[in-house]
Amino acid sequence: MRASDLLKTTPAGLYCAAGDFHIDPLRPVKRALITHGHSDHARAGHEHVLATRETLAIMAARCGADFAGSTQPATYGERIGIDGLTVSFHPAGHVLGSAQIRLEAKGLRVVISGDYKRARDPTCTPFELVPCDVFISEATFGLPVFRHPDAAHEIARLIDSCRLFPERAHLVGAYSLGKAQRIMALLREAGWHKPIYIHGTMEKLTRLYEREGIDLGEIVRVTGPERPRLGGEIIICPPSALQELWSRRFPEPVPAFASGWMRVRARARQRGVELPLVISDHADWDELCETILATGCSELWVTHGEEDALVHWATSQGFAARPLRLIGYGEEEVEPSEPAHPSDQADAAFI
Amino acid sequence: MNRFAELLDRLSFEPSRNNKLRLMTDYFRTTPDPERGYALAALTSALGFQHAKPGLIRALISERVDPTLFYMSYDYVGDLSETVALLWPERAQAWAGSGHNRPPLALSEVVTTLATSGKLDLPRILARWLDALDEIGRWALLKLITGSLRVGVSARLAKTAVGDIGGKEPNEIEEVWHGLAPPYIDLFAWVEGREVRPEASDPAPFRPPMLAHPIEEPDLAALNPEDFSAEWKWDGIRMQVVAGHDAKGKRVLRMFSRTGEENTHAFPDLAEALAQLPAQDFAIDGELLILREHRVQPFSVLQQRLNRKTVSAKHMADFPAHVRAYDLLSLDGEDLRPLAFCDRRKRLEVFVADSNEPRLDLSPIVRFKTWEELAAARADPASAGAEADAAAVEGIMLKRVDSIYVPGRPKGPWYKWKRDPFNVDAVIMYAQRGHGKRSSFYSDYTFGVWRDGESGEELVTIGKAYSGITDEELAQLDRYVRNHTINRFGPVREVEYSRDKGLVLEIAFEGINWSSRHKSGIALRFPRINRIRWDKPAKDADRIGVLERLLRERESA
Repeated sequence: MRASDLLKTTPAGLYCAAGDFHIDPLRPVKRALITHGHSDHARAGHEHVLATRETLAIMAARCGADFAGSTQPATYGERIGIDGLTVSFHPAGHVLGSAQIRLEAKGLRVVISGDYKRARDPTCTPFELVPCDVFISEATFGLPVFRHPDAAHEIARLIDSCRLFPERAHLVGAYSLGKAQRIMALLREAGWHKPIYIHGTMEKLTRLYEREGIDLGEIVRVTGPERPRLGGEIIICPPSALQELWSRRFPEPVPAFASGWMRVRARARQRGVELPLVISDHADWDELCETILATGCSELWVTHGEEDALVHWATSQGFAARPLRLIGYGEEEVEPSEPAHPSDQADAAFI
Repeated sequence: MNRFAELLDRLSFEPSRNNKLRLMTDYFRTTPDPERGYALAALTSALGFQHAKPGLIRALISERVDPTLFYMSYDYVGDLSETVALLWPERAQAWAGSGHNRPPLALSEVVTTLATSGKLDLPRILARWLDALDEIGRWALLKLITGSLRVGVSARLAKTAVGDIGGKEPNEIEEVWHGLAPPYIDLFAWVEGREVRPEASDPAPFRPPMLAHPIEEPDLAALNPEDFSAEWKWDGIRMQVVAGHDAKGKRVLRMFSRTGEENTHAFPDLAEALAQLPAQDFAIDGELLILREHRVQPFSVLQQRLNRKTVSAKHMADFPAHVRAYDLLSLDGEDLRPLAFCDRRKRLEVFVADSNEPRLDLSPIVRFKTWEELAAARADPASAGAEADAAAVEGIMLKRVDSIYVPGRPKGPWYKWKRDPFNVDAVIMYAQRGHGKRSSFYSDYTFGVWRDGESGEELVTIGKAYSGITDEELAQLDRYVRNHTINRFGPVREVEYSRDKGLVLEIAFEGINWSSRHKSGIALRFPRINRIRWDKPAKDADRIGVLERLLRERESA
C-alpha cells in the first residue's frame, strides 16, 4: 500500500477514504480528526469529531458546547480502530492537547504532525517522536533563517525592558490559545511574581488552562479604569489589540509581540512592534530537519507554510518529498478575536 | 561594535522621531571617542571606505549555505544583510567557550581596518568578524559595510542628536560640518563645551533646503491669494549649485541633491558652464532639467541621463542638462536666506539676467488673482504660460511672498499643489515578494488591461505597483495572491485572471509614456494602488485604448 492510496488532498483538506474521515478539515464534514484547538485546524460544524479530551474542551470553549454533532475523546497513545485502520494520537508539544495523528494500514505507518514544536513548554505535554514510513509535516517556519532562540532569553529581554521603562506598560501580543499561557508560565519560571494582566478575550482559555491544572500564578483581567496605572506591568493581549484604541489608554505602551515571525525585522516593523520577542510554538528550521530525520521516514509530505525550502532540503537528503499546498492553515494571525467583554469596548469611545 | 549594533537595532524598531533622537543622544553622550565619532559618520554616510559589494557577501554565504536555500531565504526576508546575518552559522558561543580573550570587536577597528586593508583580504577579515558576532552584530556589520543602514535616520537627525548633547541647533552643526572629518573629535569637544568652535573651511558648503507641504484645493480657502506667489512645480530633480573660492583662491563649484549628496561629477557639462558665471560666490536653488531646443523634456528623458557611472560626450550632447533657478540663497558673501521671498526673487532675476548663460534660466512666476484662476492654470498649464513645457509640469508651488528661507519643512510658508493623478482600472496578473518595509509579503503587483488578442480578449501588462495601500490591505492582497496562485516562476507567482475571475486594482499614476519595456508599449509614471476593487468584475477593467488615447492627448498638448 502507498500513502497516496491512503490519503489524498481535497478542497476540505486531507482525506482518508479507507476510514472515510478528514484531518483538520477546512469545511464541515461527516467525520473529522482534529490535531489541536487553533481555529484554522479546529472548525465547528462537523458531524463527528475525534480529538484529545483537551482539544475537545478547547473547541467547546471557543465555539460553544454544540460545536459538533458528536465527539469522542482520544487518549495519547490509545489505539483506535476505524474501518480496518489503526489510528492513534501522540503529543505534538504545540499547545495544550495538541496531537500528531498516526495511521497504520497494512503495515504502512503514516504520521500527520499537525503543528508541533520540540522546544520546552511548561504548559503542554512534550512532543513524542513517532517512527513512521511517511511523515506529513507542517513547515510554518520552513526556512533556514528561522532559528528560534531559547524562549527564556526572550522572556529575560521582556523583564529587562520592564525594569528599564518602569513608567511604560508592556503590551505583549500573543495568540490567545497556547502562546499566551506559555508566556505566563515562562514569566513565572523567570521569577516574575507580580500579577500578569490579560485582555478580556484571553480569559476563557486561560481559565481553561488553569482548570487543567496548569499553574499560571495571579492572572488579572484588565478593566478600563486601571489601564492608565499599569506602567511597568505586563499585559498580554491578542496581537490585533496592539493596534486598537484599547491599547492607547495604557501609559506610553511598549508594543511587544511574541512570535516566530519576529525573527524577521520587517515583520516586526510592519506591525509597529518595538520589542519583538522570538517565541514560537512551531518547530524552527533545525527542529523540522532533525524531526524528519529522526522519524526514520522515507517519504515526506509538507502540508502548509514555507514548503518549498523544506521540500528542497528533504529531496537533497534523499527523501521522496512533495508539497501538498493546502490552503487555509497558518492564518492564526488573522483569526477574528473572540468578542470582547462589553467593558473592553465601552470606554474606547471616550478617547 | 556591540553598542553600535544595539543602537542600530533599537533605531530600526523605533518609529518616533523624538525617541530616535533620544536613543542617539544617549548613545553619543555615553560612548567614548573615537567610537561615537565613527558611529556618527556611519549614520551620516560620511565613511570613506569602499563599500563591500553584495557579490562578496553572497560569495561568503554560498560557501556556508545551500544556494537554493539561500535564495529562498533572501526572497522571503527581502534584505541581503539580514538574510546573511540570520543564516550565518552561529560561532559566537564556540568562541566564548574556547577561552579566547580577544576584546569585543570595536566599530573603530572595523572602520580603520576597512580603510587600510586590500580588496583581497576583505573576505577573510569579514568572515572572521561575522564568526565573532551575534545575530544583531552581524546584521549591523553587514549594513555598515554595504553602506545602507536604513534605520530611518537622516544625516540631519543624527546631527540634531549631536547638537542636543550641548544645546546646539542642528543648523549650527550644519555650518561647521563640511570642514570636519570622522571621528569628529573636535566637533564633540565643541558641543560638550570643552573646545572652541571648529573652523568651517568648506568654500562651497551645502545649505539644507527648504521644503514644501502638500496642499489640497479645499485648504486654499483659508489662505489669502495676495500673500502668495506661484510657480510651476517642475518634474525634474531638486539641485543646489554652490560656487566659492578655496584658501588658495581657486574657484570651487559644487552641485548637491536635495539631501546634500554631491553630484557635480554626473553633470560636467553643466558644472563647466556654471563655473564661468560672472558672480564670484553664490548658491542657487533650482531644478535640474533636460532642455532640447528650449523645451523642457519629460522626466523619462531626464532619467536616461541619470544613473550613469560615466557620462560620454555624446550622452551629454543628447541630454543637455540645465538648471531652472527658483531661489538665490547667497551672493558674494551675503547670506540672502533671511530676506523675504519677494526680495530674494528680485535678486535672483537680476542674477540670472546678468549671468547670460543658456544653461541657466528662471522659473517663471504664474500670475493669478484668485484661487479659481490658479486652479485653472494648474488644470491646463499649457494655456496658462507653460506652453510647450506643460508636459514637464507636475503642479504648482505656492510660496508666501514674505517667507524667509528656512531649512526643513516648516508648516505655512511653502506649499506644493500637485496635479490630479490619472486613474486606470487594471487586473492583477503577477505578484512578487517585496523588499524593505514590506518584505515577506506579496507586495509587488504586475497588472494589465484588456486588448484584442488573437483568440479574443486578453490582458496585457502595463506596469507594476507596490505602494498606496495600507498594511491591512497589504495583508488582504497577500492572502489573495497566496490563495489564487495558478503558476510559480521562481519568486514570481501568477494569479488567477480571466474575464470572470480576477481582482481589479484602481491604479493612480502621474504621467504616461511610450515604452519598449512593457508588452503594451506604454509605461506609467509613479503608478500606485489607489483602491482595491473587490467589487468590480475583471471583465469591466479598462482597455488599452483608454491609455493610448490619454497618451496621444498629452503629446498633442
